[in-house]
Amino acid sequence: MKKRVVVVGAGIMGLSTAFHLAKRGCTDVLVVDRGYLCGGASGRNGGGVRAQFSTETNIRLMQESIAICRDFAAAMKINVWFRQGGYLFLARTPERARDLEASCALQTRCGLPTRLLEPSEARGIVPELDPSGVLLASFNPEDGVLFPWPFLWGYARAARDLGVELATFQEVVGFEREGGRVTAVRLCRTTPGEAPERTREESLVRCDEVVLCTGAWSPEVARLAGVSLPNHPHRHEICSTEPLKPWLGPLVADLTDGLYFSQSMRGEIVGGISVEPVPDGIDQRSSRQFLARYARSLVRAVPRLAGVKVLRQWAGCYDLTPDANPIVGRVDDPENLTLACGFMGHGFMMGPVFGRLLAEHVLTGERSALFQRWSLERYRTGELLTETMIIG
Amino acid sequence: MTSRVLVCRCEDVTLDEVEEALAGGATDLESLKRYTGFGTGWCQGKQCVVACARLLEARTGAAPPAPITPRPPLHPVPLGLLAGLPDPEEAP
Repeated sequence: MKKRVVVVGAGIMGLSTAFHLAKRGCTDVLVVDRGYLCGGASGRNGGGVRAQFSTETNIRLMQESIAICRDFAAAMKINVWFRQGGYLFLARTPERARDLEASCALQTRCGLPTRLLEPSEARGIVPELDPSGVLLASFNPEDGVLFPWPFLWGYARAARDLGVELATFQEVVGFEREGGRVTAVRLCRTTPGEAPERTREESLVRCDEVVLCTGAWSPEVARLAGVSLPNHPHRHEICSTEPLKPWLGPLVADLTDGLYFSQSMRGEIVGGISVEPVPDGIDQRSSRQFLARYARSLVRAVPRLAGVKVLRQWAGCYDLTPDANPIVGRVDDPENLTLACGFMGHGFMMGPVFGRLLAEHVLTGERSALFQRWSLERYRTGELLTETMIIG
Repeated sequence: MTSRVLVCRCEDVTLDEVEEALAGGATDLESLKRYTGFGTGWCQGKQCVVACARLLEARTGAAPPAPITPRPPLHPVPLGLLAGLPDPEEAP
């Protein structure tokens, strides 16, 4: 088989990229995934979408992503349960309060309606919140939450309708190289289930371009192409309660202990918290320690939730980089390999806008200022980036 | 009449919806769960997973699938109770 572009990873990043490639006329695209749709972080995240970041690049990109999310249901003919209830950030230490002040000022300059709130004002937005210990809050009413799964179905269907081929249960086990280029991708069929296992059924797909959208698996997949990445997987746990009548407007996030929670359109309280240390490598198991820590912090923030029951917990992996910013764009060797990884737990919310950027980058080969900023090269040259608005 | 047959009572997933997902290419139980939402409600699949697995087996001709990955807790537990669990990382 021969394809112009092989996209590895059918999470939101890969599917959004494939959709935008096809929309620009490049329909000779194969998207492969070692498991089922929604099996990785795209199917395991909390569905938060926000423009409250601490760098202008991330703020501007997320303004575009939020607009795409708002229009997604109408454009793609699929309900994604998107609700703009805002994000309410809480700071409990002077240092975190200063971070909030600085990022709020920057967001205001970018045209966001973000405002700083005294703890008592935060109660105006979430009356059930116990604000004791909170020094400062920030609120952007345009941020929101969505249900991640239908986004993938929407992108997958739209991409297929345009001619893109999608093959799940196909794991990349190697790359064929000639000189400084990848000439083919070696695939192996896997078995269904949460932990896909390789079968003996292998195949070779020749291609002109490869795009890696493999999230926390990126270091191991890139290594197969001879590319060494500084990222590492980091397990994050999350849980969901019984459904309640709508009462909670925003997603509430506490930058001090990494607690966040929101109410989905199905009524459940969905949230998580940081737990350190986590096991090394890809680990998607759940822990009781997480539940205890999350419950304690959540009940402190909203005491009335003490009687609400947890129905399910699960885990997924963040894809972390040393400077909290993604690694995106072509690498030098092999020259036809494009990376889109290291999204720090924001890959889902950034997927809609990055799909467009990546498709343009792959088709034109141009390195815009953004792609220079996010290049893998920066770890060699030492031109590192920053971002302080990371939850968890 | 199948549109009124509920396969997953917690999440109101009907037989028609499961059939539609299978016809649309769901070839494994985890995909079927994610497309229809069966097994994500109050009982966490205890009542519906067998029915869905049997439908999948019948429509695809595949071997009986393994159950969906069970998610803790086994039964719904109040947050207030969980908040009282000891945390091994914190000093007593």
